[in-house]
Amino acid sequence: MTIEMQKGREDEAMKEGLTVSTDVRTVTFGSKMKTRGLRAWFGKSEVIKGIDLDIPEKCVTAIMGPSGCGKTTFIRCLNRIHELTPGAKVQGEVMLDDENIYGPKVDAVAVRRKIGMVFQKPNPFPTMSIYDNVAAGLKLNGVKDKKLLDEVVERSLKMGFLWEEVKNDLRKPGAALSGGQQQRLCIARAIAVQPEVLLMDEPASALDPTATAKIEEAMVQLKKQYTIVIVTHNMQQAARVADYTAFFYLGELVEFGETAPLFENPQKELTERYITGKFG
Amino acid sequence: MAGIMASSGIDRRRRITNRAMTGLVYLSVCLAISPLVFILADVAIRGASVINIDFFTHLPRPVDVSGGGIANAIVGSFVMVGLASLMAVPFGVAAGIFFSEWPESRLSTVSSFMNDVLAEFPSIVVGIFVYVLVVLATGTFSALAGGMALAIIMIPIVARTTEESLKLVPRNLREASMALGVPRWKTVLSIVISTGKAGLFTGVLLAVARAAGETAPLLLTALGNSFYATSLMQPTAALPLLIYTDGISPFPQWQADAWGAALVLILSMLALNLAIKLTVGRRMSHARPEN
Amino acid sequence: MVGAAAIGIIVLMAALAYELILGSKVSLDKYGFSFLFGTTWDPVHDVYGALPYIYGTLLTSALALLIGLPISIGVAVFLVEKLKRRQNEAHLIGTTVELLAAVPSVIYGLWALFVLSPFLKVYVERPLHNYVGFIPTFSGTPFGLDFFTAGVILAIMIIPTVSAISRNVLDAVPNSQREAMYSIGATDWEVITKGILPYARSGLFGATILGLGRAVGETMAVTMVIGNATRITGDLFSPGYTLASAIANQFSETSSPLSASALIELGLILFFVALIINVFARTLLWRMSRMTKARI
Repeated sequence: MTIEMQKGREDEAMKEGLTVSTDVRTVTFGSKMKTRGLRAWFGKSEVIKGIDLDIPEKCVTAIMGPSGCGKTTFIRCLNRIHELTPGAKVQGEVMLDDENIYGPKVDAVAVRRKIGMVFQKPNPFPTMSIYDNVAAGLKLNGVKDKKLLDEVVERSLKMGFLWEEVKNDLRKPGAALSGGQQQRLCIARAIAVQPEVLLMDEPASALDPTATAKIEEAMVQLKKQYTIVIVTHNMQQAARVADYTAFFYLGELVEFGETAPLFENPQKELTERYITGKFG
Repeated sequence: MAGIMASSGIDRRRRITNRAMTGLVYLSVCLAISPLVFILADVAIRGASVINIDFFTHLPRPVDVSGGGIANAIVGSFVMVGLASLMAVPFGVAAGIFFSEWPESRLSTVSSFMNDVLAEFPSIVVGIFVYVLVVLATGTFSALAGGMALAIIMIPIVARTTEESLKLVPRNLREASMALGVPRWKTVLSIVISTGKAGLFTGVLLAVARAAGETAPLLLTALGNSFYATSLMQPTAALPLLIYTDGISPFPQWQADAWGAALVLILSMLALNLAIKLTVGRRMSHARPEN
Repeated sequence: MVGAAAIGIIVLMAALAYELILGSKVSLDKYGFSFLFGTTWDPVHDVYGALPYIYGTLLTSALALLIGLPISIGVAVFLVEKLKRRQNEAHLIGTTVELLAAVPSVIYGLWALFVLSPFLKVYVERPLHNYVGFIPTFSGTPFGLDFFTAGVILAIMIIPTVSAISRNVLDAVPNSQREAMYSIGATDWEVITKGILPYARSGLFGATILGLGRAVGETMAVTMVIGNATRITGDLFSPGYTLASAIANQFSETSSPLSASALIELGLILFFVALIINVFARTLLWRMSRMTKARI
């Protein structure tokens, strides 16, 4: 079965159903990132067992699945953070615009600049001010021009829906904010280096509903400029923000497709059982 | 930013810096470890040439007479460290038990803090203290004074290691015992201590090793002696003291004796440390926090 | 009953302070605070002032930190960051460095006297004197038994302590901070200097202060290589004295009650200096362990 995920051809694709199986090559137009045969280990245990997935450009793609299905490990492979864990190993290809980020000559540092990440628990740098947190990535890259930095900080905080709340307190320490604000600060920090993809690992799971709503609002705006991949265990959230959803189980990709049809009409039994809450 | 391969100037500079700093870090490890290698090698080589049976059994002899040894220093060290242990171990273990079993009390916090401070104290200050308290009062340098000074140095170590190893005993053991109606002091004495006794033993050995190597406090209390002391209230020789006085002497023969004594001291400490490792292994290492 | 032992420790500290003050009474009465600033120490004329010794202690300790601190942090960084994947090697190197702490001071002194000092004299001091001797700190004729050698051996002796504590401090920095730095595209080195070290700075500062405390109190190794001369000079190649080494060296030669009392007062000064330093360091470390909820 061939799958087409071009935007604009969604109706056709819907008619055929959108099941992806790991042994079929996908036709890829408009995919920002692709994984081919991606496998990952923690020491001896294989957590990701061969995933072929295409991430559509400038959309929000949600990765869902029960605990232990490998969804967090998966996105940590997308920006080469997984390999930092002692004993971790990765195999396979991950393409960003047709270039393999695991290629032999590729600099992981540059990869992480292009593929940013927001973590589950907000982790602003406590010894830096709000301003310095956002500017951290730029300064690392040698940007010294104050005006440019001011501009980018303001722009990033605005896109993170935090600007109005902190614009008069930019020198306050980054850790002095509430949880929800800290997370939006982390989003601003990530997009300040102008990545092409933004990975979010359950960004709102530690936050209350109001804060969550703000994050989701930000996501809807952010996807106009960035490709977003979000890990979430909250189906309502996926339904609210995600254009596409992938369902993982025990390290394998079970099903992938547009969110609404996937939830209403899952093709695989495992997916259906997860959606109807038969296992968490 | 076309292409992922980093090629801009800034990136190259950052990569070079990264590499250079990694090199510096490796260098500092080498610099930190090499003195140990050199010291052990020098002590072994220079000390070995002096060591023979005479060395262990004879008293020091005048400069141009051969066959001298460090027997009195060995005996003196044994005596004073033994004295010190007799005084320090009960004191330190008791304090350590208190810190571990009654950690909430104000006395515990204050005393524990003082204990940590005392552990880091310059040993010469301890020497002055015992000098004023004992030597001046008794009118003589003595093994007793030396032993007391060493005891003060040992107490914080014993207290700290006792506290740490008792803390490792799981709480439910205590609770189980008390739930059976065993009074607290008995719980501590029988259950807690017998479970933690390996750690206690280690602590004592560590303190002994430290006391055996201390010189400064003995300078002011035991003073040293070219002969055997015939009572506890006389100036007494000790290994570290001998290393010092022979080392700074102008006579090559005595200087060589200093290296020999150093070898004896190091070997004894190695033996002690080996004993510790064999009984406990890696149990005393700090737990790393998980994130 | 065990509580008595705990009380005993506090009593011990108090007794220490008391006896020291008692012993220094003659000197305290005579000089008061000016003892701290007196520059003459002359047993022949029975005149005493502590400043040369305070100076020597400060100078050698500063040298020790200057040389020893970067190396210690380098070792800690190495153990925590570079060897994260290789626990066995880390344990081995860590243990080796700890072994250094077990070597008795007098053996350090012996080695410094016969091996380190001649080496430094020929390979470090003479070249420095020849090439940059116009700088006052290197202007004296190198003898090998001087402030410089004392500073070096002190540096070697504080490395085990400072690196062990620094290692615990760096270990306690949460992994999420490292990942946050990596995720915005930082190199290993930048993660350490811009992410981890700033986070750990109060703990590292505490480790430094503890190292300082150790350097200040160190007696035997210093007294064997510092040359034992009472003087105040910026020349690193000049012999000198520290508080601790002066006490050790001159104790057997006290000629008058005043001289004995003056020496004891040196001990009193050392007592307070060590007390303040250690209390300060412990407080810093306690604060850091609260911030990261780890035991330092």
